[in-house]
Amino acid sequence: MTTLLALPYWQETGIKLGLALAIIPTTSLILVYLFLFKMMAFMQSRLGPNDTGPYGTLQLIAEAIKFLQKEDIHPAQADRRVFRMAPVVVLASTFLLYVVLPAGPDAIVQDLDTGVFYAMAVSSLSVLGILMAGWSSANKYALLGGLRAAGQLIAYELPLILAVMGVVVQAETLNLQGIVEAQATGEIFGFGGIGNPFILTQFLAFLIFMIAAQAELTQTPFDMPVAETELVGGFHIEYTGFRFLLFFMAEFGTAFAFAALASVMFLGGWWIPGFDVDDNILNVLGPGVMLGKILLISFFIFWVRFTYPRLREDQLQKFAWKVLIPLALANIVLTGIFKVVF
Amino acid sequence: MTATSDREQMAYISSQAADARVNVELDTGDMTLNIGPQHPATHGTLRIACQLDGEQVITAEPIMGYMHRGYEKLCEVRTYPQCTTLINRIDWLGSFANEVPFILAAERLMEVEAPPRAQWIRTILFELSRVANLALFLGDMGVQIGALTPVFFAFRDRERVLNQIEEVTGGRFHPNFDRIGGLKDDIPKGWIEETRSVMIKMRTFCDEMEDLLVGNEIFQARCRGVGVIPPEVALGYGLSGANLRASGVDWDLRRDANPGLAWDQVDWRVWTHPDGDSFARYWVRLQETREATHIVDQLLDGIPSGPIMAKVPRIIKVPAGEAYLSTENPLGEMGYYIVSKGDLGPFRVKIRTPSFNNISIVPWVMKGVYVPDVITILGSLYFILGDIDR
Repeated sequence: MTTLLALPYWQETGIKLGLALAIIPTTSLILVYLFLFKMMAFMQSRLGPNDTGPYGTLQLIAEAIKFLQKEDIHPAQADRRVFRMAPVVVLASTFLLYVVLPAGPDAIVQDLDTGVFYAMAVSSLSVLGILMAGWSSANKYALLGGLRAAGQLIAYELPLILAVMGVVVQAETLNLQGIVEAQATGEIFGFGGIGNPFILTQFLAFLIFMIAAQAELTQTPFDMPVAETELVGGFHIEYTGFRFLLFFMAEFGTAFAFAALASVMFLGGWWIPGFDVDDNILNVLGPGVMLGKILLISFFIFWVRFTYPRLREDQLQKFAWKVLIPLALANIVLTGIFKVVF
Repeated sequence: MTATSDREQMAYISSQAADARVNVELDTGDMTLNIGPQHPATHGTLRIACQLDGEQVITAEPIMGYMHRGYEKLCEVRTYPQCTTLINRIDWLGSFANEVPFILAAERLMEVEAPPRAQWIRTILFELSRVANLALFLGDMGVQIGALTPVFFAFRDRERVLNQIEEVTGGRFHPNFDRIGGLKDDIPKGWIEETRSVMIKMRTFCDEMEDLLVGNEIFQARCRGVGVIPPEVALGYGLSGANLRASGVDWDLRRDANPGLAWDQVDWRVWTHPDGDSFARYWVRLQETREATHIVDQLLDGIPSGPIMAKVPRIIKVPAGEAYLSTENPLGEMGYYIVSKGDLGPFRVKIRTPSFNNISIVPWVMKGVYVPDVITILGSLYFILGDIDR
């Protein structure tokens, strides 16, 4: 691989750290503004923010300032240390996800050989934070929400990983860059013009991945841990101000990260047809391509979120164990057979 | 021991007791969950004390009275025309419908009958408030189950109906328009045509709700078979309105006990559903909203001419006597029992509100359901808090 900039190790690390720190607020802001504010308002025939700044773009800043101004309340019975730690744990899980997301041949914080494995492992860390939040709030609604989240996220971790297995088997690597490369150099029936985006061969896996991701992100129809109309916010019911903002940022940051994972694994990632996989220019164009694909996938995530009602907890578990997991297993078997035969 | 240390000791004991309570709750696995009084699903201040085993409800008890405003007593110190101001605020989403049975009961005591034109306009406004009321339910049920979009559509389209009510009465929510012996004013010019186009829009809205919710698999999974009320239980608990009709009981006061309004002049039908679950209740209300728009359409065609006020004295004194009269309001049977001693105001008013009886079935129907179903059932029973507590 060519190197874009020849920098000393510590400078490179410093730049990467700064970028990674900046990226979570930025990405979640993009999603919140585009989808939560504008698209949702459009779909529900509401106005959406339009007064603060051009097209209401400054509304985000206003919201952030609002959250920062609010009093930081701890419930009297709360386990204070755990209560304070919980949002940080959730955000840390999101933050760690960004480490392996590639945006170009070299535009990656850390190119891990077990990138997929790492991403799946790290994304399930957020369960811990949510459970901590639910337990330490000393609130029955929060407790119910936390337990629901734990049950749901563990149940949907399985189809998520099993769906990814199909991709891994086909790409023969756990490295996310390797997966992009495999798609770029792949061929569809001997035609290699657009590579082989795995959405074509792994469509079932893509569907399972998106459904499970929806559950991992606790978006409707799987938003029982939050469930505004029954649990009134679930695990983050007692959080105010900045701590709530952390949860909020983590929610949308994770949505962005999962959309990025999906576009890397199924849509060909940062590669543009016609370019060499190692081409240096892709370090510049790649992030743009990735952003486009991520926004496309997030559009679907949020489209479903704004349209569907919420399932019940037992229906959700049934769906995971009786439908998604068998399907994902069948997908792995099929992929394996095709891999051996062809 | 000094008083201070006594207090300290008491504080210590009570804190120990609180700890013990927490431990006991965790040990047995039973948990008391207070849904409300400030909970979005109770749209108001209803409190439901649930005993939970995990997420399963063992017992649920509705506790009401957080918003009791003493309207029955307040009516006793007001004259008859003043009472309608209060009565408007009982079921605040369909408020004109609240006035009608009270006024009709007073008219019955006075042996006055409003002229036909007034009766027709009353019926139109009655059905318009039914549409406005039920339209909000149709969207709100979606929000209880987690779909946000329908409720915004409902608020958007309900506004059209409220505009029509406002154009006649001057009040969006609280018309205060019904008078003993007729109505305050006639309908304005051009109103009939406007209302007709609004009714077309409301039918489109009903179709939208059908597409968004009724046909949705998740909505059906959440509602079908949840909160089933058999007809005999429904009758036993005194349910009325769509809750009763959704259990398959063909009972509608508009048809069965029409107190002289124009319902018998038009062609319409009573919708029932055999299932008695939450889905049936939603479906019946959806059909009723459609039917109400058709009723309004037909009534608009044939408003008779003539005065809108019968001959009544300037100062209304209702002769001594008792009368009970109830109508089929958006939520169910709403009745007023008026006792008059021949004064300017009623001696005693007893208000029978539908939501109060409808909510009384909560302990029966919520045994063994999950917490999310509590919200579904509450949503589908459809109560207005002002109608429970009044």
